[in-house]
Amino acid sequence: MNVHAVRAIYLFEMARMWRTLLQSLASPVISTSLYFVVFGSAIGSRMMDIDGVSYGAFIIPGLIMLMLLNESISNASFGIYMPRFTGTIYEVMSAPVSPMEIVLGYVGAAATKSVILGLLILATARLFVDYEVLHPIWMLSFLVLTAVTFSLFGFIIGIWADGFEKLQIIPMMIVTPLTFLGGSFYSISMLPPVWQTITLFNPVVYLISGFRWSFYGVADVHIGISVAMTLVFLLVCLALIAWIFRTGYRLKP
Amino acid sequence: MTAIISVTGLSKTYASGFRALDGVDLAIRQGEIFALLGPNGAGKTTLISIVCGLVKASAGSVAVAGHDIVRDYRAARSLIGLVPQELTSDMFESVWATVSLSRGLFGKPKNPAHIESVLRELSLWDKRHEKIMALSGGMKRRVLIAKALAHEPRILFLDEPTAGVDVSLRRDMWAMVRRLRDSGVTIILTTHYIEEAEEMADRIGVINNGKIILVDDTHQLMSKLGSRQLSVHLSTPMSSLPPSLADMSLTLGDEGHTLIYSFDSQGEHTGVPELLRALEREGIEFRDLHSSQSSLEDIFVDLVTPTREVAQ
Ligand SMILES: Nc1ncnc2c1ncn2[C@@H]1O[C@H](COP(=O)(O)OP(=O)(O)OP(=O)(O)O)[C@@H](O)[C@H]1O
Ligand SMILES: [Mg+2]
Repeated sequence: MNVHAVRAIYLFEMARMWRTLLQSLASPVISTSLYFVVFGSAIGSRMMDIDGVSYGAFIIPGLIMLMLLNESISNASFGIYMPRFTGTIYEVMSAPVSPMEIVLGYVGAAATKSVILGLLILATARLFVDYEVLHPIWMLSFLVLTAVTFSLFGFIIGIWADGFEKLQIIPMMIVTPLTFLGGSFYSISMLPPVWQTITLFNPVVYLISGFRWSFYGVADVHIGISVAMTLVFLLVCLALIAWIFRTGYRLKP
Repeated sequence: MTAIISVTGLSKTYASGFRALDGVDLAIRQGEIFALLGPNGAGKTTLISIVCGLVKASAGSVAVAGHDIVRDYRAARSLIGLVPQELTSDMFESVWATVSLSRGLFGKPKNPAHIESVLRELSLWDKRHEKIMALSGGMKRRVLIAKALAHEPRILFLDEPTAGVDVSLRRDMWAMVRRLRDSGVTIILTTHYIEEAEEMADRIGVINNGKIILVDDTHQLMSKLGSRQLSVHLSTPMSSLPPSLADMSLTLGDEGHTLIYSFDSQGEHTGVPELLRALEREGIEFRDLHSSQSSLEDIFVDLVTPTREVAQ
């Protein structure tokens, strides 16, 4: 294994983030803070508790997931799309690195950023609402697993995209709607039965449900199923990436 | 001499259906400077890209120091440094960061002293903290060279390194290429400046329409194909050659106004004094003498032009 290469890519990508620290961290933190102000404090005080959890606290896991998904995808897709766009990817492609090492470097850096961001939002939430974390280890594991999975997904998008619009389109058109409909702001059990069933086809439901369980011990679906579904998505992404490198798709003419 | 790169039956058909390489066989010798010449679109960059792992071959194989570039890509690639034709760089990075990245990518532990010496040699040391976007085009090209040298490669590909580079930098660059060659680095370069190839390269390969049409020692190529001509502009035109001159390699041109004598430029015995004496003996008067040597440029144009016309 070319450890030097993995470290070089990882540190290079992290350095890029430190340089753009304000944009990278400030804007997601500010926008989530707005959600907390509006839904947590202002509206939340008039809402009923859900499953014995105050509304302000209830939305925290969902909001963190919302940000985590978007940031993981955009960080990772941008990280690999830019070198393709400018042409500097030639160097990575001509270096003695395996696909796995390239993915470790790029996706590792993107996922690290997302995890830092998730923890930062969690800390910010403290300023607005009281919450508890029943299963901190599970909480962290979910955070890392989701960050890695969606950074992988972002990496795929960054290789598939052949323009800046395409880089935006998947997060905007698919991920954000799925997150909003995936129970960020409500419990699935509040929906009519038909919609409860339909919702189960939304993969984000499992992420949010599992993550919320690690906070409050209540979940829409069993934690085991949540973990399993997340791992399935992780494996699908890995398989896609393996295919990309084997065929040279969009990387090697 | 042992071949450090051997290319066998290499072909490339792009997804568009265009055949950019067509059965290329080529052996690059350890420690030489090899110049690859060919018109635009001949397939030079494609060939280099396949060896470096940027483009997949459609058929054939390449071995670098005995390592197959697909099966044993790590060993093969870690020997190679590539300076691409296009100026591509991480605009927002500093020179130091981007050159250090290159070393890491090729699996070498950090070595600030080596990077410093590379940057100094390329006169980039003072610019090491500058962002690349703040550099001029020639400096950006030097950054690309520094990146290629950061991991101490044994083989260096320079794809049109002197395109858009001023005279003094070009001289520095060639001095550096010679130093690298002296330290045992094998160098493969492409260029459209044929004088450069003539001056720099130990051997020259000509590629056209995806086929290698000639590979030879630069000196041998010059002497084999580089004949010299002496044009004698006659005072009075001649309808045919006098019999006494018939066995010299003479032709009449310009409707009998010019006598053209061809001879081997590298030969010991040019035959020019004999010709002049013969002319005097025959009482042939001339106004002017003009001698010219076919350069590599002429040779190149000769080689490439007919095939081009056929293709069109
Ligand atoms: N990715 C690609 N897809 C399709 N065709 C390509 C691709 N890359 C190169 N070609 C074609 O292959 C041919 C050879 O290109 P190549 O870049 O190897 O030429 P070259 O000898 O380096 O030319 P130049 O002197 O202009 O740099 C050209 O006709 C080019 O249009
Ligand atoms: Mg080229």
